[in-house]
Formats: sequence, C-alpha cells, structure tokens
Amino acid sequence: MSATDDGMSYLQSLPRRVVTLYVPLAVFLIVLLFPFYWMVITSLKPDAELLAADGNPFWVVAPTLAHFRKLLFDTAYPRWMWNTLQVSVISTFLSLAASVLAAYAIERLRMRGSRTLGICVFLAYLVPPSILFIPLAAITFQLGIFDTRFALIVTYPTFLIPFCTWLLMGYFRSIPFELEECALIDGASRWQILVKIILPLAVPGLISAGIFAFTLSWNEFLYALTFISASENKTVPVGVITELVEGDVYHWGALMAGALMGSLPVAVLYAFFVEHYVAGMTGAVKE
Amino acid sequence: MAESGSAAQGHRGRLLDNREFLGALFLLPAAILLLGLLAYPLGLGVWLGFTDAKVGSSGQWIGLENFEFLVGDSVFLLSAWNTFIYTFTASVIKFALGLWLALLLNERLPFKAALRAVVLLPFIVPTVLSAIAFWWLYDAQFSVLSWTLVRLGLIDHYIDFLGNPLLARCSVIVANVWRGVPFIAISLLAGLQTIAPSLYEAAAIDGATALQKFRHVTLPLLSPIIAVVMTFSVLFTFTDFQLIWVLTHGGPLNATHLMTTLSYQRGISGGALGEGAAISTAMIPFLLLAVLFSYFGLQRRRWQQGGADR
Repeated sequence: MSATDDGMSYLQSLPRRVVTLYVPLAVFLIVLLFPFYWMVITSLKPDAELLAADGNPFWVVAPTLAHFRKLLFDTAYPRWMWNTLQVSVISTFLSLAASVLAAYAIERLRMRGSRTLGICVFLAYLVPPSILFIPLAAITFQLGIFDTRFALIVTYPTFLIPFCTWLLMGYFRSIPFELEECALIDGASRWQILVKIILPLAVPGLISAGIFAFTLSWNEFLYALTFISASENKTVPVGVITELVEGDVYHWGALMAGALMGSLPVAVLYAFFVEHYVAGMTGAVKE
Repeated sequence: MAESGSAAQGHRGRLLDNREFLGALFLLPAAILLLGLLAYPLGLGVWLGFTDAKVGSSGQWIGLENFEFLVGDSVFLLSAWNTFIYTFTASVIKFALGLWLALLLNERLPFKAALRAVVLLPFIVPTVLSAIAFWWLYDAQFSVLSWTLVRLGLIDHYIDFLGNPLLARCSVIVANVWRGVPFIAISLLAGLQTIAPSLYEAAAIDGATALQKFRHVTLPLLSPIIAVVMTFSVLFTFTDFQLIWVLTHGGPLNATHLMTTLSYQRGISGGALGEGAAISTAMIPFLLLAVLFSYFGLQRRRWQQGGADR
C-alpha cells in the first residue's frame, strides 16, 4: 500500500478496495434488501410450502398467485387501496396549495414577523403525531368526522404543511429577487408573479414536496389506526394489520402479498422520481 | 368583491399589492389548519392530561392525579425506561452504521446513483408493511433466520425472537435500525458531497493519515448536518409506534412497551383519554430536551466555522 490515502481512491490497490469497500457494501445491501426478497418469495409460496419443515425456504418450488387472488377478491383490500389513494392525493394537494402560499408569504413578501413564522413552521414540523393523536381523536369526534376518510384528509396536512412549507421556502429563496422586481416594474400583480414566475421556476421543489408528502400520507399509520374503525374506511397499512391477522393463524402468504402490493405504489413513484425524493429529504435536513 | 367599475378594481389592486395584507391572506389556509389541528390539539392534549376524560365523557379537572398515579405505576416507569433504552441504543447504532454506509457510498463506485436509490428503499416503503416482513422473519416456528442458524450448526433449536424480554428488545431495535440507517446514510452522504476534495488533497500533502483526515476534515465539516439528522432520528425513534405495535404490541411482559404504545393502549384501546394524554404530555419535556440539545450543538458548530454566533 502506497503512502497515499483513500481520498484519492484511484491510487488504492484492488484487494484493499475489496476488503474495505465492496465487502461491507455488499453486506449492507444484502441486509437492507433481504426483507423485500423475503416478502416476494413468501407471497408466491403455496401454503403447503410455507409450512413445510423440509426443503430450502429461500426458494419457491411451485409459485402461485393464490394469495394475491385471495386478497383482491375475498377481502376489502382493493377498497383499502382506493381509500389510501384518495386520502393521500387529496391531502397532498391541499397541503401543497397551502404551503406554496405560506412559503411565498414568508420568504418573498417578507411582512413583519416572517422570520418568526419561519421558525414556527420548523417547530411545527418537529411536533410528532404520537403526542397529538389522543386530542385529535377527541376533536374529530366532536366535529362528527370520526371514522370517515375526511378525518384523515384534514389531519394529514398537519404534518405535511410544515414539511412542504419548509422545503418550498428553501426553493423560493434560491430564485433571484431581480426577476420579481422586473415583473413588478412591468405592472404584474403579486399573484401574477407567483403563478407566472415563481411557480414555474420552483417546479422541481413542487415535485419533491409532492412526492414526499404523498409518501408520508401513504405510509401514515397512527392517525388512520386511531380515527378509523369501519373496514370500508381503512387505509392499506391499517387494513392489513387489523383485518388480515385472524386469531392465532397467520396467513403469511396473504400478509406478505398485502405488504408487497401496499408498498408498490410508493416504490414505483420513488423509482421515477428518485432524484426529487432525495433532494426533498436532504433539502429539508440541510437548511 | 369586484361588482363595479375601475375604482373598485383599483382599490382591490392596491389592497392586494399591500404586502402585509397579501401576506396575511396567503398565510391564512396554512394558519387555520395548523392552529386548529396542531396547536389547539397540542394544548388540548396537555389539558386532557389533567382531567379524567374517558371516551364519550369530557371529564373533570383532577389536577396532578394522573401524573401522581403514573409515577407510582411500574408499567409506565418500565415504558419510560424502555423508550430511553430503545432511543439511545437504536440511535447510536443507526448513527454508526449510517455514517459508515455514507462514507462507503461516497467512494468512487460503479452504478452509484442506482446504489443510492436502492439503499433508500427501506425508508420509503410503509413502515407497518415492512414491519410485517420482520414479524414473519422473527416467527418462533418458521423463522428463516433460525433455520439458517440451525443449518449452519450455530444453534440447535429455533429462537423465539419476540417471546423473551431481552431478545424482543433486541429484535425491535434491529428492525428500527434497518429502517433508519438509509435515512441517515443518504442525508449524511449529501453532506459529504459538499466537502471540497481540495481539503482532502491539502491534508494528504501535509501527510495526514486516513483517520486524521476523517477526524480533522470530515467530522468538523459534517457536524452541522449530523446534528440536524440526529435530532430528527432521535425524535422519530423516541416517538416510534408502528414497529412496536406490529411486532410485539408492547409485550412480552411489557418489555417493549414504549410511552407511545402505552398511551395508545390506555388512551384509545382502554378508553382512558385523560391517562393516555398524561403519558403523551410526559413525553414533551424529553422531546424539548432532544431538540434543544441538537439546536445548541448546531450553534456551536456555526461559530466554529466562523459564522455569526447568535
């Protein structure tokens, strides 16, 4: 090994790179991905194979779609998917609209106290759902929306708006003031500036915020578990864990199929917008 | 609004160009939602903690009675202890592994973008659904982990991962670490990528070893982002609910009950809203402590880097 260093990694010998880089990385990848592989394999196994004592559990001999069929036709699963989609899409768009306006006001209109408001938004982001679900259950009950999808649509923005606003504030900050000043001189109103200049320039930020918000609402569990009790109003995470588990007999095949299908929409969305997703995540952390 | 002529239009136009007015207008939707469904419930939760509210009855003010009861309640004390252990252990492991993974991914690698995308998968899929996969992996009878260990000759009977208090604690921590490491790794990787390579070259010319470069270049420049990432990580871990709820429901013998799961069990399942809210309220000081700790960590670093020390 030469006296140089890993900062200039091209000078490293191959065996050293294998031991210090490729082997640990491979172990990380295997551990991180194995549960997904296990989900897929289990969901394709017939019950007899699942409970067989012999044979290689890592492979499936006679793959079957029976678990998926059961899920789609004998349970309320499609209904839960539809609920989750509805709730996620509506609360995401509501939050985005409110966040764009709020972020623009805080970052660009710079009224009195906008700095304090910015800090409030960040603090609101730090309030965890785990300390809000009990009072929120009481509130949704009083509002008469307990056990409806509406309860989720109005409560999800409480964690989506702070996140989206914080993220969009960062994006708006990067847009030069001169553009707005030019438009003001040309007689544009503030609304026109927002719609015709700021928003087109902030499209990457809007996509990041939107993807992230959609994922957060799709994955939400505590509120959906607390506020919803009727099967036809449940979301996928709650439905799978409360209705597919019957007594002591676990239908592992169907459970894994349910987990897999429930993860698929966010995984597909993520696959298409990886860069935006990562930008959203790191952008929110970096500021 | 604009029912007549250009005078009204002009007036409206002026009003809408007034920054204070327009700002208030733009903030209104977010403010209504956040005040009504975030700030108000936060206050209501604290208030409920001082009442004997049950599901279906609003309850009477009973002062500190809930808290006095909790202080003498061994299950609550155990859950508080569990929460602390869970948060501390999982956060330390997540930080160490996350930083390591970030450093690995920051090396010159083929298919770097694809690798980064794949690594983040555990973080983006619904936690409840991946927790079900872990539940199956931890099954007492059919666990593939036990199967492998038996075949390798390391153990002679299947491990009951979630049946024994100590093992159950370790198992939920492993699942939490699995879910949390990608978030930390990818966030820290973003921080690593902002460090100028010339700094490492300068250190190399001065004869610094790999460890010295990590200690004196990487770590100081990364620490602001470490502080933020770890604040979020600690916060998420401290308030974790889903993993525990799916894997153990707080058992065996309450060994994995966290304050969140206990407050759900007592407040919602048991219907004692007041007591559940008191448990949630008891979490607030710890959360504040965690936030303040990392906030001041951040300030110190900003000053070290020559920024304003406010």
